[in-house]
Amino acid sequence: MPARAIPYLKIVAHVLCLLPFLWLVHMYRNGALANETDPVNFLTHFTGNWALWILLTDLAITPVRRLSPSLSWLVRFRRMVGLYAFFYATLHLMIYVFLFSGYNVPAAFAGVRAGHLAEPFRQFKLIWPTIYSDITKRRFIQVGFLAWLILLSLAVTSPLRVLRAMGGKNWQRLHRLIYVAAALACIHFWWLVKTGVKTPWKDTAVLVVLLLARVVYAVWKRRRTPARATVRTA
Amino acid sequence: MLIRKSPEIPSSEITPRSTFEAFHSNRRRFLAGMGSVGAAAVASSIFSRDAFAATTKLTTVPSKYTVNETVTPEAKAQSYNNFYEFGTDKGDPAKNAHTLRTRPWTVKFEGLVAKPQTADIDSIMKYRPIEDRTYRFRCVEAWSMVIPWNGYSLAEIIKWAQPLSSAKFVQFTSLADYGQMPQLGWSGINPPYVEGLRMDEAMNPLALLTFGSYGETLANQQGAPIRMVVPWKYGFKGAKSIVNIKFVDKMPHTTWNNLSSTEYGFYSNVNPSVDHPRWSQAHERRLDGTGGIFPKTIPTLPFNGYANEVAGMYAGMDLRKNF
Repeated sequence: MPARAIPYLKIVAHVLCLLPFLWLVHMYRNGALANETDPVNFLTHFTGNWALWILLTDLAITPVRRLSPSLSWLVRFRRMVGLYAFFYATLHLMIYVFLFSGYNVPAAFAGVRAGHLAEPFRQFKLIWPTIYSDITKRRFIQVGFLAWLILLSLAVTSPLRVLRAMGGKNWQRLHRLIYVAAALACIHFWWLVKTGVKTPWKDTAVLVVLLLARVVYAVWKRRRTPARATVRTA
Repeated sequence: MLIRKSPEIPSSEITPRSTFEAFHSNRRRFLAGMGSVGAAAVASSIFSRDAFAATTKLTTVPSKYTVNETVTPEAKAQSYNNFYEFGTDKGDPAKNAHTLRTRPWTVKFEGLVAKPQTADIDSIMKYRPIEDRTYRFRCVEAWSMVIPWNGYSLAEIIKWAQPLSSAKFVQFTSLADYGQMPQLGWSGINPPYVEGLRMDEAMNPLALLTFGSYGETLANQQGAPIRMVVPWKYGFKGAKSIVNIKFVDKMPHTTWNNLSSTEYGFYSNVNPSVDHPRWSQAHERRLDGTGGIFPKTIPTLPFNGYANEVAGMYAGMDLRKNF
């Protein structure tokens, strides 16, 4: 892949990653979103699904590029795709806080328009007990929130400057938490669906394959390394 | 199956709806009518194989058991359903349930009854006037609708079935047919779907034996041709596409309780103070098409607002334990 093509490919990748969000905007503008039977439920699932799918896509980059040295340019898309996973996970969280929890958005807007700038906070205080009890009582919320916190820490440490400041080793150690985030996201999915529902199996299968690919690669690499070492010493 | 057929009765004897109310206390004539209507239904169904999914208009009478709240648009009530036999996504039943064959259809009444009987759906529907009852419908998933159901009190058909005094509970069994329900194996439920009520709950006039909604027969995805609606309980207590009503002396097993007894109790009365592990039950999103993208979140009422009618049945019970 010629280096010149990378910026263009990045534009394509940006557009692809933004498509789900643009679709939501489209649905909002043509009224299809409001016409959903349970718009909040739709939004929650839509953003949650895309956060997980983009996260899995991000995790697929490394195994795929290892297939051939000619694919090594793919690594340059890892951060960007990861940040989009964080973007959709954040939307997902926002929808939970401001729509799912019972937050009265129209009242908050009306308050601000009438000059009561504290109204959004007052509204938040009203629903905080619900959110608090969710965080303390519901394990699917706990793992989901933890996954988002991990993605947040990866997002804030993603700039090159932070990487240099942290040192490559530390940075890599921290960023390995992406596997934990993906696993937590799948657990979040399993714990939120009703008993007996198997919807998350596809996402889980993809994650398992992606993790196995890494195990296979590590084993393969370990087997090759000593062989090479003996050749070198001979 | 004990399908009573009396082909010697000419079809001209089938009672027209208008005169039915005049003699509905006459059990003998009712039973005779049931047999012949059953036979007629079997015959007519041969000619209407392709019309299963279509709903037809019902003749209904008003009822005092009705709430005056914004009714959920029909299209929404019929495209957002939990009917796991046709898929676990709420849009699945509307897509998949066209394979359900609602005629011929019979319901077996058995267990602790004077005599086990099988009745044809069309005769059950004609047994009592079908009422318009607009009920709140509260799903355990913390959303709710307001749906104009059509049916009559379950108590009516129970009286007809003549349960013995030893019968303490009623168990409802839904159809489980892999041929008609291709998604059944993936539903996660152990078929058939079973639900139950305590006898006094079943006899409460609010417990509705339901044949229709919005003035028409039920859409397949709503549990056609016959389902239960128990408005003071979470939606899953209303078994769909019922094929068997059994009277028993012990609390029957119920599908969701079997799947997860810590999440779904036998009673499952709507109760804002008892949380589900995954959902707070204090509030509900009222899905009546008026909220736009912002949900209309309202407080959930004890017994879904039907406390006056039903709370007495649970006097002295710890509703946190008997959730």
